[in-house]
Amino acid sequence: MSNRLINWFKFASPATFYPLAEKIWRWSTLIAVVLIAVGLYMSFFVAPTDYKQGEGYRIIFVHVPAAWLSMFIYLVMAFWSVVGLVYNTRLSAMMTSALAPTGAIFTFIALWTGAFWGKPMWGTWWVWDARLTSELILLFLYLGFIALQGAIDDTRRADRAGALLVLVGVVNIPIIHYSVKWWNTLHQGASVSVSSGSSMSSIMLWTMLIMALGFWAYSIAMAMARVRCIILERERDTTWVSELPEVRQ
Amino acid sequence: MFEAFRAILMRDLTLALRRRSDIFTTLFFFVIVVSLFPLGIGPELEILRMIAPGVFWVAALLASMLALERLFSIDFDDGALEQMLLAPQPMFILVLGKVLAHWLITGLPLVVMAPLLGVQYDLSTTALSVLLVTLLMGTPALSLIGAIGAALTLGLRGGGIMVSLLVLPLCIPVLIFGAGAVEASVSGLGEAGHLYMLAAILVLSVLFAPLATSAALRISAE
Repeated sequence: MSNRLINWFKFASPATFYPLAEKIWRWSTLIAVVLIAVGLYMSFFVAPTDYKQGEGYRIIFVHVPAAWLSMFIYLVMAFWSVVGLVYNTRLSAMMTSALAPTGAIFTFIALWTGAFWGKPMWGTWWVWDARLTSELILLFLYLGFIALQGAIDDTRRADRAGALLVLVGVVNIPIIHYSVKWWNTLHQGASVSVSSGSSMSSIMLWTMLIMALGFWAYSIAMAMARVRCIILERERDTTWVSELPEVRQ
Repeated sequence: MFEAFRAILMRDLTLALRRRSDIFTTLFFFVIVVSLFPLGIGPELEILRMIAPGVFWVAALLASMLALERLFSIDFDDGALEQMLLAPQPMFILVLGKVLAHWLITGLPLVVMAPLLGVQYDLSTTALSVLLVTLLMGTPALSLIGAIGAALTLGLRGGGIMVSLLVLPLCIPVLIFGAGAVEASVSGLGEAGHLYMLAAILVLSVLFAPLATSAALRISAE
């Protein structure tokens, strides 16, 4: 047991995490490319046309995974913020700031594809219902976090202030998730749930899951690539960085 | 502990009374913003009555953002804030005292002024009283939530804009339920539900916002 614990904490140091991040980055890029290619093929050619919504429904294969990830990435950021504040590890703050742009992009994609879906289905690009509004707030939270990190020069203060901001904003996540249950809104209820299964045909569900996994792999790959850059930038004065083959060249 | 709370409240109120311009800038900003809307939209009373809740709430939100920057910055600059952080009394109480003083100086005048401006928008007596109640419960919550942002951005360049960017998204629920209550009352749906939600937000922010603010102050003053 203690042996396993030591192994985990070993990777809390940027110097040991850096090579691991490279491996994870390579593999998850590969997985992301394969899964998203398969998922896109299935969503355009394999999944049947919806009898009520026609062809336009196919955008949910991008929309739903992006919306899932926009919330999940924020939770992961909150997790790393807690770890960073409790254990005072530098790497957790780097992970938080590496995840933020990806989360913001997925939030934006979720809103954007939602608008594309809303125009033919609801007849409008945008409605001010609870879920759309709370997702928009999530986008603002991501942008606020990025702006706050950019404004503080002292990295230690930037890390801790950012972590606190993420934790304050985490209140919004349950509001987004339950917004379709709490308020009876235009946005439809969840099609997939853990307890009662799915209200979609299984081929659609599989396509959506493959896309979701592909987006997961993409997020991991992006976060790892970005965290490697952040590590190099912050640790540029250390010997281990100067001894790296890619730096020495 | 209560002594410390009272001391810091009295100190901030005295400081504000010696420099009255701070009180009036926020109040005048609120009055001017609210009076600009009828000029921009046109004087039809039907429309004005409809937009009044939103206008009042957005103006109150912006006015409270305007004042936030000064909440901790003066104490931060002259070093008083560090003494507060070092003081044996819990920071929670001190922050609560400072925020209460800040609300009494910038929030309360605005709440008192609102019914008078509401008459310009031809609001009924019931709508005015609901507006008064929502502002009375909502503006302290805005000050409490805003204090977190003010503490996080202490001493940063462009701090004022940054505060708005961080705090405004968090204030949206207050805005929705505050304006919603007045709208519901105007349209005859009954405002009770919105008022309960607003009260819940206020209670939660009294409990948690000072904790987050003191953590943020410790980070910023390090």
